[in-house]
Amino acid sequence: MSESGGEGPLLAVESVSVRFGALMALNRVSLDVRSGEILAIIGPNGAGKTTLLNVISGFYHPFEGRIVFAGRDRTRLAPPDVAALGVARTFQNVALFKGMSVLDNIMTGRLLKMRGSFLLDAIWWGPARRQELEHRAVVERIIDFLEIQAIRKTPAGRLPYGLQKRVELARALAAEPTLLLLDEPMAGMNVEEKEDMCRFILDANDELGTTIALIEHDMGVVMDISDRVVVLDYGQKIADGRPDQVRKDEAVLGAYLGLSHD
Amino acid sequence: MTEILLGLVTPFRDIVTGPAFFVEVLLGGIAAGLMYSLVALGFVLIFKASGVFNFAQGVMVLFAALTLVGLMDRGVPVAIALALTIGVMIALALAIERVVLRPLVNQAAIILFMATIGLNFFLEGFGEMLWGSNVKRLDVGIPDTSFTVAGVLVNRLEMTAALTAGILVAVLAVFFQRTRIGRALRAVADDHEAALSIGIPLKTIWVVVWSVAGLVAIAAGIMWGAKSGVQFSLSLIALKALPVLILGGFTSVPGAIAGGLIIGVGEKVAEVYWGPLVGGAIENWFAYALALVFLLFRPQGLFGEKIIERV
Repeated sequence: MSESGGEGPLLAVESVSVRFGALMALNRVSLDVRSGEILAIIGPNGAGKTTLLNVISGFYHPFEGRIVFAGRDRTRLAPPDVAALGVARTFQNVALFKGMSVLDNIMTGRLLKMRGSFLLDAIWWGPARRQELEHRAVVERIIDFLEIQAIRKTPAGRLPYGLQKRVELARALAAEPTLLLLDEPMAGMNVEEKEDMCRFILDANDELGTTIALIEHDMGVVMDISDRVVVLDYGQKIADGRPDQVRKDEAVLGAYLGLSHD
Repeated sequence: MTEILLGLVTPFRDIVTGPAFFVEVLLGGIAAGLMYSLVALGFVLIFKASGVFNFAQGVMVLFAALTLVGLMDRGVPVAIALALTIGVMIALALAIERVVLRPLVNQAAIILFMATIGLNFFLEGFGEMLWGSNVKRLDVGIPDTSFTVAGVLVNRLEMTAALTAGILVAVLAVFFQRTRIGRALRAVADDHEAALSIGIPLKTIWVVVWSVAGLVAIAAGIMWGAKSGVQFSLSLIALKALPVLILGGFTSVPGAIAGGLIIGVGEKVAEVYWGPLVGGAIENWFAYALALVFLLFRPQGLFGEKIIERV
């Protein structure tokens, strides 16, 4: 979990604003995600956390500000192009392919890494087959890593919520992303499931070297696993620092206790 | 009363006593069924990938056949005419994505459906403007004659068409179930947002499925056109594909194949053996009656997903 030295941050959000009608969902928010860290984005409901994630992954485009990924401006890229740069994400409400098996779901995470011709694919022969097997091996490692061997053939839609979240994480990891965005990875989970998820996130960061930015409501979890915390409130950034600093920050306490807006 | 009962039962005796003739009827049914499957596949692919019920599928068949015949009439050799027609259908897919689908992205399904009705009228008029509206003969070089195998009469043209349709259907099924692009297609069908987030470009997938639907339309147009001439009624094939879809389920590739075969074989057998009982013409309504039964008792079809939108 080292911070990168001389180079700039992996991702820089520079003074980004997003507006829905009269509502400023994000108001000149700037933040960095540094290579190798786990960054938590927290804030009360409606603070703009998911909007921020959507801007980073290209689903929304800001009307002002810039997004710089690995030193290149990519403010206006569409979601598939963002994914192609090595950014994977999960969704707050779980966006799995419900009719497909767990294995197929995770295999879709490899799509960007696959190359091949229509024809060879169609006859399932030679390089196409070999490639499929190679990717299958990667996916099997991820399945082992997340301990979901037992459900690999189950249609994703039939799994309990906690496991769906885990499969979604598996699909994101299958893309071997440089930056992984997690939108409330532990929402709706019981204590045991949360502990497992924490372990997976820490392991992904530690063993696979994935940089992670996550939104989470459970303060205990946030304080435990993140290297740095950014706090949003009413579309503005009100704090940015180590967990122990943020915990004591007056503005943050105010936002959570409802004191700072008058 | 006894006459009717007899009329219902005796065909079973006829089937047992005259197996060669029954095989002939079956073959005819399978041949027709595979063609229905082929047209239905065009629908399924587009419906799966973009949630659009493509009303213009039938006219795409007509347009493809008209283009091919039109080029051949102007003295273009068959192979080149075919290649050009394929090019035209792919260009059409690109144009549809750009002009129809992209501006209407995120609109309700019914709006997109209406857009395809517009597309239907446009293609019909455009095709006739380019190539004229008179009935044209399409000669693919296979004689419309028959030969006998083990006492079974087989029509050359019909068999070639059935074989081609069968191969096409099989290739498409494997392609969309097993390959990388097939997986991407199923992902898009399931959840647009998630598909985007893992790097699947929706626009490319749309162009791919509309192109494939165009190629399927060429194949269907050639086979049907060779049998009955290239004319406006070709676009009515789509009406036969509807009951196939209701039987198989709008979202299922295997369903389209099974549905086509059931209807093709079912209507031929019913017509030949039970037709005399009601004075014939069963073939014309059999598919729709079957579809009605399915709508009442199993609206998702044989293989479709439980909750689907009715169109």
